[in-house]
Amino acid sequence: MPKVHYLNATYGIRSWLLTTDHKRIALLYLAAVTFFFFIGGLFATLIRIHLLTPGGYLVTPEMYNKLFTMHGVTMVFFFLIPSIPAIIGNFLIPPMIGAKDLAFPKINLLSWYIYIIGGSFVLYSFSTGGLDTGWTFYTPLSSVYSNAAVTPAVLGIFINGFSSILTGLNFIVTIHTMRAPGMTWFRLPLFVWAHYATSIIFILGTPVIAITLLLAGLERMFHLGFFNPALGGDPILFQHLFWFYSHPAVYIMILPAMGVISEIIPTFARKPIFGYSFIAGSSIAIAVIGFFVWAHHMFLTGESTYAALSFSLLSYLVAIPSAVKVFNWTSTLYKGSISYDTPMLYALGFIGLFLIGGLTGLFLACLGLDIHLHDTYFVVAHFHYIMVGGAVMGYVGGLHFWWPKITGKMYPEFLARVAAVTLFVGFNLTFFPQFILGYLGMPRRYHNYPPEFQVFNVMSTAGASILALGYLLPMIYLTWSIKYGKVAGPNPWPATGLEWKTASPPLTENFHETPEVTWEPYDFGNRRDLGLVAGAPSLAPAHGDD
Amino acid sequence: MHRTGELFGQFETLEQQKETASLGMWVFLAQEVLFFGGIFLAYTINRHAYSAAFGVGSNTLDIYLGGANTVVLILSSLTMAMSVWSAHVGKKQLVTLFLILTLLLGCVFLGVKVVEYKQKYDHHLIPGRSFDITYCSNNPTACGLEGKDLAAEKEEVEKALAADPYLNSHAQLYFSLYFGMTGLHALHMVVGAGLLLWLIKQSFAGRFTPSYNTPVEMIGLYWHFVDIVWIYLFPLLYLIDRHR
Amino acid sequence: MSEHIVPPKIYVVIFLSLMVGTTLTVVAAFQNFGQWNIVIALGIASIKASLVVLYFMHARYSVGRTKLVIVCAVFWLGIMLALTLSDYSTRGPRESRLHVPTVVHSLGS
Repeated sequence: MPKVHYLNATYGIRSWLLTTDHKRIALLYLAAVTFFFFIGGLFATLIRIHLLTPGGYLVTPEMYNKLFTMHGVTMVFFFLIPSIPAIIGNFLIPPMIGAKDLAFPKINLLSWYIYIIGGSFVLYSFSTGGLDTGWTFYTPLSSVYSNAAVTPAVLGIFINGFSSILTGLNFIVTIHTMRAPGMTWFRLPLFVWAHYATSIIFILGTPVIAITLLLAGLERMFHLGFFNPALGGDPILFQHLFWFYSHPAVYIMILPAMGVISEIIPTFARKPIFGYSFIAGSSIAIAVIGFFVWAHHMFLTGESTYAALSFSLLSYLVAIPSAVKVFNWTSTLYKGSISYDTPMLYALGFIGLFLIGGLTGLFLACLGLDIHLHDTYFVVAHFHYIMVGGAVMGYVGGLHFWWPKITGKMYPEFLARVAAVTLFVGFNLTFFPQFILGYLGMPRRYHNYPPEFQVFNVMSTAGASILALGYLLPMIYLTWSIKYGKVAGPNPWPATGLEWKTASPPLTENFHETPEVTWEPYDFGNRRDLGLVAGAPSLAPAHGDD
Repeated sequence: MHRTGELFGQFETLEQQKETASLGMWVFLAQEVLFFGGIFLAYTINRHAYSAAFGVGSNTLDIYLGGANTVVLILSSLTMAMSVWSAHVGKKQLVTLFLILTLLLGCVFLGVKVVEYKQKYDHHLIPGRSFDITYCSNNPTACGLEGKDLAAEKEEVEKALAADPYLNSHAQLYFSLYFGMTGLHALHMVVGAGLLLWLIKQSFAGRFTPSYNTPVEMIGLYWHFVDIVWIYLFPLLYLIDRHR
Repeated sequence: MSEHIVPPKIYVVIFLSLMVGTTLTVVAAFQNFGQWNIVIALGIASIKASLVVLYFMHARYSVGRTKLVIVCAVFWLGIMLALTLSDYSTRGPRESRLHVPTVVHSLGS
């Protein structure tokens, strides 16, 4: 480990709260995002305990509405959307492209403070009256009739939106203007491509939910009529405006995770990734096409056949680039030298679970099926497979993969593998029964259900308790490893990205001198500096910039 | 990151820094397009649904004040562009002068908006309990209408009421959008005014030269964007059904 | 950003064009072109906006990347408007879907 690095370069709380170092800001985000993950997880726990029995004895129906709403709001806006970009993206994009920091370090810090302020408003809402509108805030329930603390929540999410927008702005500009000499677009790691695509959505989508929630909040505060039929307003207008952002938002949640997988798979298959330019292009394609499909959330609102057909067809189209990625990751594994390190376990799990989640999305995009499956547990299972089985596994896998770089230490490998398997098992036990429940007709957002659905609900809750263990274990041993873990060295895996040429942990300015890039990405056959030569891959870690 | 002269530590060259600032501001403006775009969409849907009410609402707006404000704001864009030019050719005093002119014109715009808003308040056209689209045709003296204006106005309102029995609610929707859109725009102008003040202070200290004038250019881009929003707001809000 | 310095003369010409455009918009608004009134109004506004973007904001002299950002912003706004309107225009009449307003404010003084 280097003597002076970004963690010990300066001391004191002010040096953290007023830092402009992207790596420290990433850790500030890690702390805040983990906190919100716990809050969201708490609500999930209460939901699953309540749903153990058909009578719904744990909480009142009104309270149940608040539980699923607050779970959704916390997890979507304060965990899933920022997790990979604001933590792993912030930390890694500059070293990956050979830069000393992002383009706008102070705006990066501002993003974090905006996140905290937005989160505070939402927590205030949760503790003073809660929120019972669903994370989708459909009007006029949210803007007129709800008796919950809607206004502060809506204000909090509005504010938080600017945190996303500024992060996206920072990433786009950084990737365009701050690349080191020789780091051409097609030498960029796919993680960077993924974040570039994500940032397009941040910039062009988030402002729309900002103005939408602003209008809904104004309607609630001043009794205006934008979305209230009693005053001539239109709830469908709200839904269009809401989903214009919130559908692309799900691509914000998955693209970064796909970027993580694209880094892990070649490393632990010891092979260049298959079809680099197709994976890069598919990230952009997902970001663009994803903006054309939002009204598939509105199939049951009275859309004409023509409108429904077009959105259905476009929704099928947007699945194609995702499928391209799955094919390419799988092809990368073929004839690779596979090792089952913890990050690889998460990546392999991701591929399988994302496949199920993505394909069930196509079930829902089919008009004839959606009529029956809309607003059932099928939808809930579908998006949890992608968000948890996909995005969260990508996040946890990414944390493990880059943990040695971030902290300079290794986590305990055996325990980590146990945790990964636990998470995988727990996850499937929690959510697969929900596909069956939805198929059998159990509606979502209902506080009780007919007795014949109890078996699957009990399985789901049992799975949730195993899943919780799968999350707790890494939190414990990752924290433990900061002090007691083995020293990692600059490149323990070894992997080929430019970030692995920095020290572990990196210097504040990442590189002593701006590097010059002369190699292709994922070139496991030809990296002498990593001890990898064609035909004889070596496991010896390389010497970095110590 | 430390800074040497004008160069911030994360950059290699001033050229890279300038390129970065420019792309950053344009990307920010792209996001603003979508931000305003949402409320423009709400306007479009509602105008199509309630064209009579929108016409009546629009005709209560003072076209002279609106037109004058349009001229003022476009003029302020000219002075802003001139300020950037002055920096490029090294005429430091002109930079400050044009910035001050831009700020003054911006303040005129905001002052006129205050006058207009006050007028709406007096005429019971603020959305809420006392909103009444027929107030002026029923109380002409209170609204400063006289003679032929009064008769035409009353006839128009009656015709609209016949076409749309819920005229008052729908007109209220128009005014919610009017205040929402012009209010959001005015808020952006206030922020712009603050930025101009900061620029004037720096310019006064002689900070902007042909080799370093990025802040002037960037804030200029922002100011022009705010002008563009108004270029759309003026016809959409003030000029509906004027030919009746 | 290019170092191309736009001479003040161009700015004044653009300003005058914008004044002409504003006058035209107002004059056209007082003529009855039926459903074309809105098209004319938006058309003139778009020409004015383009002049501001191209000359005051120097887009004409900027790198391709800047032009791409502008095109994308406008295009994305277009997606939002076009697809939403395509849904609205293919639905049934609005009155059959909504409650009629139940809040009737008292008219007259």
